[in-house]
This record gives sequence, structure tokens and C-alpha cells, in this order.
Amino acid sequence: MTTTVKPKIQVPEKKKESASRGSVYQSNQLNLWYDTNHALKNIDLDIKENEVTAIIGPSGCGKSTYIKTLNRMTETIPSVKTSGEIIYRGKNILEKGYKFEELRTKVGMVFQKPNPFPKSIYENIAYGPRIHGIKNKKILDQIVEKSLRGAAIWDEVKDRLNENAYSLSGGQQQRICIARCLAIEPDVILMDEPTSALDPISTLKVEELVQELKKEYSIIIVTHNMQQAARISDKTAFFLNGEVIEFDETDKIFSNPSDKRTEDYISGRFG
Amino acid sequence: MSMKEPNSTLNVQELIAQKSNRGLLSFVEKLMPKLLLAIAIVSVLTTLGILATLVVETYIFFTRVPFWEFITGTEWYPFANSTPTFGVLPLVIGTLKITGIAVLVAVPLGIATAIYLSEYASHRARKVIKPILEVLAGVPTIVYGFFALTFVTPILRSISPEVSIFNAISPGIVVGIMIIPMIASLSEDAMNSVPNSMRDGAYALGSTKLEVAIKIVLPAAISGIVASTVLAISRAIGETMIVAVAAGSTPRFDGDLTGSIQTMTAYIVQVTTGDAGYGTTIYYSIYAVGFTLFIFTLIMNMLAQYISKRFREEY
Repeated sequence: MTTTVKPKIQVPEKKKESASRGSVYQSNQLNLWYDTNHALKNIDLDIKENEVTAIIGPSGCGKSTYIKTLNRMTETIPSVKTSGEIIYRGKNILEKGYKFEELRTKVGMVFQKPNPFPKSIYENIAYGPRIHGIKNKKILDQIVEKSLRGAAIWDEVKDRLNENAYSLSGGQQQRICIARCLAIEPDVILMDEPTSALDPISTLKVEELVQELKKEYSIIIVTHNMQQAARISDKTAFFLNGEVIEFDETDKIFSNPSDKRTEDYISGRFG
Repeated sequence: MSMKEPNSTLNVQELIAQKSNRGLLSFVEKLMPKLLLAIAIVSVLTTLGILATLVVETYIFFTRVPFWEFITGTEWYPFANSTPTFGVLPLVIGTLKITGIAVLVAVPLGIATAIYLSEYASHRARKVIKPILEVLAGVPTIVYGFFALTFVTPILRSISPEVSIFNAISPGIVVGIMIIPMIASLSEDAMNSVPNSMRDGAYALGSTKLEVAIKIVLPAAISGIVASTVLAISRAIGETMIVAVAAGSTPRFDGDLTGSIQTMTAYIVQVTTGDAGYGTTIYYSIYAVGFTLFIFTLIMNMLAQYISKRFREEY
């Protein structure tokens, strides 16, 4: 894709396709509390497959919290309570007894700061398949190459697979983390501000990658950067104070939002 | 805002100029580094002094007993009336037996404790367990010695009649117990300092808690864990009271663990509490043994430093 001055331009045919797509995630009346802090309020969202869904909003609006409930990473924090449901592929993941290890095998996540393991590049990618029982060296080799190619970083690292992942630049590390996520071929990839710690060129690379990845994966991306949301997403949800203010086609949100608050936010009046 | 108009004559810069005493301050600033250096030199000099004593007395010992006989001899009978022999290997073997058993006890227990404390324990459990561990580290070693002799040994003897009152197993186990807190606490520090973002990365790939602990946190902290283990080993090598009380005083060059043995440290205790006259070969022999001990612990400490650099998983 090209970065033009007018980021609002979207390919029009997307709209027609979207209606026929199946849902990956449906949140119904989702509420979440950190102790007494009501962080998510009655969230209703229907996220379609093979689309890029962007979640925008000012700091503290609950967008990161929301994406972390989608793979139940919020549970690493004690004192979190939830109500309502999140239906992933027909099952409520918030139900007691739902195996979150299984969920996270299907739903990959890329974090705000690159967080490769302090191991070699190869071991970083092979970690996921390994813990899920793939031990065969030849198969692992194939997975590693395929994932690194998928994350558009193979050419940069193919001669140094045994080097520590921390010897790479921040942008490369983030693509290693994306490759690590691709290695278990998830269904959905959650991205929590994946470019906020990267320079503009690395950001562009990751954005291009997202465009490639959505052919095979459903992507939900939290971003602070509204231009980024406009450039890469099909749908955008605007969060404010733990509520969804507006959820629609990205070009509609950015050209003709129906809520005044959305308009104020995207035009930079607050946040 | 109902704040009153501040006093317009207030001038902070002026006040600072009045109050500050730059002259005295700069004098103290100049004096302090010299004072601190002098204090630091005291400890360096002490170390050098100890080393010098060791070297000098050891040198005198080797004018009487050939160096080669000392380090390769397999018989240690310094008290024999006709022909005393000074082969240090039986004492070295004795020390290694104790250290080996201690490591077998302390490493698994210490690391398991560290994993539990760092990855599993609730805030409350940690608050209870850590102080208990620290108490364990503060128990005087003589108490451990009697614990070995009067508690562990009788249990061992009730299990196997082959175990004699003085043996290597019981003090070995107790030395192990003594160094558990060291391994556990230093390893826990190392594991605690692994950033949470790495754990999150692993959880997000569908890892279980155990997989995160064993495959991510443990390797990331391995340099600290190994270094703590090596330090604990050097503590075990130098441990004195426990072995002096519970291991016996029979220098022997074999693999037996159930009978009385003697370690390097226990020998030094035996001589210094007995009445070996000043200037006798036996008197000088404790310096030679002490020097050997010093070499051992020095090697272990250097090893610890090397390992913590070499095996660091950098992040």
C-alpha cells in the first residue's frame, strides 16, 4: 500500500464483502472491573473474520483491556472481574472451565513493546510449536522459515538464526514477535499498539505486513495513531471511558462519524 | 483560588545565598572520597595480610614436606609417632563427599523453592516463607552440627545399621539444608528480575504456568541460578562446625559415606583445638591445608563469575 496524504481513502469493495463474512468474536454486554474501577461497560462488538478491526480511543479508555480479555490475558492481573460474554467461534470464552491455553493457541498476540524471549531467533519461533508437541527438527525448520517469511523478516535474519533475538533492532524484534505468533498458525492475531515503540520506517513495514496477514488471519489492532487505523483497518471501534461510542466501517468513521464525540476525537479536539 | 498575594519581598535565590555554606561543603566534598578510600583500603589490606600469612607459613611447611607428596599422597597420618605422612587427598576427598551430598540436597530443593516463590506463591505465602528461609540462613552452624549429630544421624542409623555415629551422609545433608536459603533466595532474585513481558509473550502462545516457569523464566535466569549454586558450593566446601561435630576425624581415601571421615576444615579444627606445639610440622600443616581450601573456594568464586557472564541470556 502507499501512504498518501489523504489516509481516509479506502477500497470501496470491502463493504460488500464484509456483510457476508462470519464472526470471530462477539462481545455481548461485556463488563470488566479492576477492583472497583469499572473499566469496560456493556461492550457489544461483532468482529468479522479476515478483516482488520482497529480499536481507537484516548488513553485509559479500555481499548487495551478489551483486547486483553479477548485472549484472557487480563487474568494475569488478580482482582479482575468480568460479566457478560465473549463468543469466540461459537463458545463463550469467559465461561468457567474454558481452557485458556487452548484459546491462546488459536489467538495470537503481539505486544506494545517487542518482547522476544532471550533465546536465539530460531528458538523464539520454535517455542510455540514445541510446547504444543511438535518436536521433529525438519518440521520445525520448515515452520521457522515459513513464519519468518510470513513476517517479512526471513531475508534479514536467515543467516543469523542462532543469534540472540535481542541483537536485532526494535523493528526487527517486533517482526520476530509477529513471526513467533504466526508459528502456531493462529486464527486471530491481537495487536496491542504494535508500532508504538517503533520508528516510522519499522512502523510502515509492520503496517504493510498487517495488510498481507489479513488474507489469512483476522486481526484486531489497538492503536493510538488514528492515521494508522485509517490506513490499515476495515472496521474501527471508538472507545471512550470504557464504552464503545461508535463501531463502523473505517472510512465512515473517519469521513462521516455519526457521534459527535467520535468526530471530536478524530479531529484532534481531545485525547 | 483564594490564595493571598505572596510576599513580594520574598527572594528564594537570596535566601539560598544566605543559608548555604559553600566553603564547608566543598571541604567535606574533597575530604569524603579520601576517607572512603582509606576505609576501603583497610579491607583490601586485611585480605592481603591473610594471604601473606597463609603463603609464608605454607612455604615453611613445604620446606619440611615435599610439595609433591602433599598434593598426591593418599595417606594423612600427621600424628603417627614414627613416620607421619602428609598426603592431603584423603582430606580433599572428605570435603568433596560432604560438598557432593550437600549439592544433591540443596540444588533441587533450592531451585524448586525459588520457582515456587517467584512464579506460584501468592503475596501472602511469600511473606511467610521468605522470612523463614532467612531464619534458616541465620542459624549458627554449631546448632546445625548438633542437629546433624543428634537428629539426622539417629534417623539414618535406624534406616541402615551400617551407618556409624560419625559419617559423611548426615553432615552432608545438613550442610545442604544450610545452603538451601542461599540458592533459593539468590535464584528467586534472578527469576524475579525476568521481565513480565516475557511471561506474557509465552502465555499468549498458549503456555501453561509450568511451561512458562521451566522454559522461559528458568533459562532467562540461569546465569543467576548457576552463580548462586556455585557460591553455595564454595560455602559448603568451607563449612567447618557441622563437619567437625558430626563427620568424625578419620581421614580416608575411599568412597565410603557411612563411616567416619575428615574434611580439610575439620582437620584444622582438630589441630587448633588440640595441643600441637608452635613450630611443629603439624602446626604448619594447617596452613598448607588452609591454603588448599582457599584455592578451592577461589576457583569456585571465579567459576561463578565466569558462568554468570558466559551463560547470560541477554535481554
